[in-house]
Amino acid sequence: MTNLLEVKGLHKNFGALKVTQDVHLALAPGARHALIGPNGAGKTTLINLIAGALKPDYGSIFLDTRDVTGMSEAGRVKSGMARTFQINQLFRKLTTLENVALSVSERLGRNHVFWRHAWRNSDVLEEAMALLKRLGLESDALTVIEELPYGRQRLVEIAITLGLSPNVLLLDEPAAGVPSSESPVILDAVDALGDDIAVLIIEHDMDVVFRFAKRISVLVGGAVLAEGVPDEIAANEQVRAVYLGEDADA
Amino acid sequence: MANRASPGDPVVFLRDRTRWQWPEALPWILAVAIFFLQPITLNLGVQILITIIFALSLDLILGYGGVVTLGHAAYFGTGAYATGMLSAHLGWNEPISGLLAGASAAGIVGFVTGWVLLRYHGLALLMLTLALGIMMSEFANVTEAWTGGFDGLSGISIDPIFGIFENDLWRRNYYWYSLIVLFLVFLACRRIVHSAFGRSLVGIRENTQRMRAIGSPVHLRLVTIYTISAFMAGTAGALYAQVNAYVTLDVLSFARSGTVLIVLVLGGTGRLYGAFIGAFLYILIEDELAKEYPAYWELGLGFILVLAALFFRTGILGALESATGLFRRRAP
Repeated sequence: MTNLLEVKGLHKNFGALKVTQDVHLALAPGARHALIGPNGAGKTTLINLIAGALKPDYGSIFLDTRDVTGMSEAGRVKSGMARTFQINQLFRKLTTLENVALSVSERLGRNHVFWRHAWRNSDVLEEAMALLKRLGLESDALTVIEELPYGRQRLVEIAITLGLSPNVLLLDEPAAGVPSSESPVILDAVDALGDDIAVLIIEHDMDVVFRFAKRISVLVGGAVLAEGVPDEIAANEQVRAVYLGEDADA
Repeated sequence: MANRASPGDPVVFLRDRTRWQWPEALPWILAVAIFFLQPITLNLGVQILITIIFALSLDLILGYGGVVTLGHAAYFGTGAYATGMLSAHLGWNEPISGLLAGASAAGIVGFVTGWVLLRYHGLALLMLTLALGIMMSEFANVTEAWTGGFDGLSGISIDPIFGIFENDLWRRNYYWYSLIVLFLVFLACRRIVHSAFGRSLVGIRENTQRMRAIGSPVHLRLVTIYTISAFMAGTAGALYAQVNAYVTLDVLSFARSGTVLIVLVLGGTGRLYGAFIGAFLYILIEDELAKEYPAYWELGLGFILVLAALFFRTGILGALESATGLFRRRAP
């Protein structure tokens, strides 16, 4: 089986600071891969490198066996990769519906058409509405984002990303800042993704990680300290020492 | 059909927001009334109409794309000089093709300069647009043989429109000509901002990082709207050259770039009609003050602008909008 996402020997330095050191990852279709590690371990940097927001110093990234290392962020999205942000990146003055419609419309190549009214793209709007329903955001469709509670905004963040129909999904702490009453909605939405999709998720909540992930990589100081199935990681002495031990109090 | 859509019919909601509403007829009724009643001279009226077109072009990139520029006169001036030189040097005096030629020249300059400029953001972009304006102005000064340099470009002689309507001294015909050009430019702007392309520009203005992350070719989108904007600014400049039959370096001046920015911000950005209100008030106030206080009128204008900046942060239209909910229907 070919990997949907493959990361080979990725390095990135910010000046003297080594934020990514020789990272390897491979995600097959259906992968649910968690990336854990203490604060400052370089998790978000790794997502930024994979998504193309940052350029690596060495190493390569393959998307469905295609080398995308030199490809722009937008190009990678067109090739089937999508990401969410640790801190919401939304169109704050637009409605929930418009936020999601923008991404669906972009995927369907409508956003370069300037002589046709946007509302005429009823397929775009229908798909956007269907996504909102799936995430329970239907009642907020016409609410402006900045008037939504943070937890609901977090759902919009996911909805925008799902609007891109990705093969490879990068989730940067999707449930961070979400009240515990709402976080199941997010996790259920991620659980409901098809077996043809590979998901890489950064998460601090160990309950979520061990419930969701089929494989886990532990990142410390920019390097992969350990990788394996959840049971192996839970049993790993080194991991317990540097990470799980100190996080148990949190 | 219901005016307010329930969440179940988003298409209706979005369509209703792009519908013509009755207040939108007001500026056009006012424009026609000005012709017949002439509370102001038609010459001043033509100046207002041209300034509206120029400010509309700026609204596309500033109000929708979020690109701040201090060099938009570069395209106004390119349109003015191109149309003027075609007439003065080549005897191309037909007005409508001359207008399109001037606008196209500005569009081409907009495309080339925009391609480079829009790679930058924030302060760097602001400085570069400023530098572009100054360079264009100096370039026109140096190429004196073509532009007339400091003395201005004379010898422009525009044929009657359709061979019938001359540029009379009272600007009766050119008032209508300018109004029709403005209407066409406005229709184009309205169509663009309500399209998916227009919505994606708002997306870029609101959150560029997110637009990249949904696969949007941000640079290409901005260059596209910048080129369209330059074309429209060139239309305003070309009209200016045709009306006055004379072009000076003033069309490329920093003051002109600054003024159009003030006009738009005064009226309100990102609303199209802000350009109308801003241009109308600015030119009227400027005219009145210049008549009353020939020596100090700029002081009065500055004072009014300070008040506007303090009390109408979102422009006059923004203040009106929050007071009445007119012009842009808010989400329920």
